[in-house]
Amino acid sequence: MKLDLLTSLYVFMLAAFIGFEVIRRVSPLLHTPLMSLTNALDAIAVVGAIILAGESHEHRALLAKVLGTIAIVAATSNIVGGFLITDRMLRMFKASGPRKQ
Amino acid sequence: MPTEHLIEATYLIATALFILSLKWLGSPTTARRGVFAGEIGMLLAVGGTLMYQGIVEYKWIAIALVLGSIIGVPLGKVAMTAVPQRTALSHAFGALCVTLVGTAEYYLRAPDVPPFMMGVLSMEVILGSLTFTGSLMAAGKLQEILPQRPITYKGQNVVNLGLLALAVVVAAALVRHPEKMQLFPVIVGIPLVFGVMMIIPIGGADMPTVISLLNSYAGLSAAAMGFVLQSKLLIIAGALDGASGFILSVNMSKAMNRSFTNVLFGAFGQEQASGAGLGSAQARSVRSATPEEAAAILAAANKVVIVPGYGMAVAQAQHKVRELYDALTKRGIDVRFGIHPVAGRMPGHMNVLLAEADIPYDKLLDMDEINCEFPQTDVALIIGANDVTNPAARSDHASPIFGMPILDVDKARTVMVIKRSMGAGFAGIENPLYYLDKTLMLFGDAKNFAGAIVRELAGGRE
Repeated sequence: MKLDLLTSLYVFMLAAFIGFEVIRRVSPLLHTPLMSLTNALDAIAVVGAIILAGESHEHRALLAKVLGTIAIVAATSNIVGGFLITDRMLRMFKASGPRKQ
Repeated sequence: MPTEHLIEATYLIATALFILSLKWLGSPTTARRGVFAGEIGMLLAVGGTLMYQGIVEYKWIAIALVLGSIIGVPLGKVAMTAVPQRTALSHAFGALCVTLVGTAEYYLRAPDVPPFMMGVLSMEVILGSLTFTGSLMAAGKLQEILPQRPITYKGQNVVNLGLLALAVVVAAALVRHPEKMQLFPVIVGIPLVFGVMMIIPIGGADMPTVISLLNSYAGLSAAAMGFVLQSKLLIIAGALDGASGFILSVNMSKAMNRSFTNVLFGAFGQEQASGAGLGSAQARSVRSATPEEAAAILAAANKVVIVPGYGMAVAQAQHKVRELYDALTKRGIDVRFGIHPVAGRMPGHMNVLLAEADIPYDKLLDMDEINCEFPQTDVALIIGANDVTNPAARSDHASPIFGMPILDVDKARTVMVIKRSMGAGFAGIENPLYYLDKTLMLFGDAKNFAGAIVRELAGGRE
């Protein structure tokens, strides 16, 4: 499905507004996990890298393959590492209720 | 055709899950569900992409996915004290991915690149490459491979802005003449240098703002990549990340009463601990106390607020602080923590360290919540924090940190400060708090001193 420039700009603008509204509500308590989670989500760039590395190209095929492959490695490490550490951090946040009595 | 629709469907669901993921992260009770939603979204999107029929070879993709996972697991298991540098490193990886894809896309498309496409492509690689080296530098400083002190020289800002302007000019030339392929390496190379130069003058205490700003850049470069690849999913994920980084940067700058430009180009704090400040420090006297005395005062209190700072992280004192918290709560004393937004090296840094030490999160209050409590507080115990408690920020117009919101610890009945020596804090600014009559200085290593108080509390009378 092709997107034109204007549609892309609308998508970007609306997503930015949603981002502001949703993230404004995140408690400062969780700002570190917030950063590691958005970092993992941002690594969705891996889909572009996968297509780049997997598609056949008429010229400069080697360049595309090499850069695409390195890009997949970089993004995947962010996905795996980002989700892992976010979950580890969040597991540590406990309310005081059950711990006291 | 049906496969294509299926792929689009996975992207659509992934987008919804990403937004829900951030929404659920809003509160500690639903936050883990947020991570789960993000993971499912990511799996769907990657799975969908792998079904794409244009992919002719899977070998390298498979190797790269496995290799990335192998690198990712240890990065997900670093110690909590290393989270700031890990975060900086992951910004670098994200930016690397974006820059490499952008570079390949240019060479695949050149010489026929429409102006708008060339514009977003330039933005993608400029933001991506400066974020890449900038984040690596930040990670190096946080890991203390590189010196933490800001390094400044004459004309630094002119050099830096000149570099950035040059990259923009070359990018503009490429937009007009996309066939001039010899220019492309310039818009990758210059921002790579700029990224390094940008972080050189930045000191440790400015890291929360800088990490947030780099986070924002990483998101925006990914969004630009979405424009290039015409992927709605990527535009949205990039916009969410960019918005998140932006909000955090604004929060951090506000908490330091400084503008972005001031953080990036100000580099304050390396030489201000000069004659005058030190002279008066010797002239005025401070009251110090032993662990026994500190324990006795704490035991007699009803309400205690502990204010942690980066010094607590450096001394690895958080577990001893937990023991202190336990010892005091057992005596029926109300203990809470007051956390300044820029305490530590990244947003929320103190909360994660204290949560790891098993301190319940409802005892961790941010600046706005805790400040109204100080007048009713018996003891404010400061562990490894300095500038964020400096009352000069409220009253002294001449102070470099005047106007910065601080924790009003001086309104508590007694203030105790665990500190190695009378040395000035990061900003090199003297803290008048230490000379108040109600202030007791507890000189020593944070971990040992907290441990000594705990022992006194255990051995002492009720």
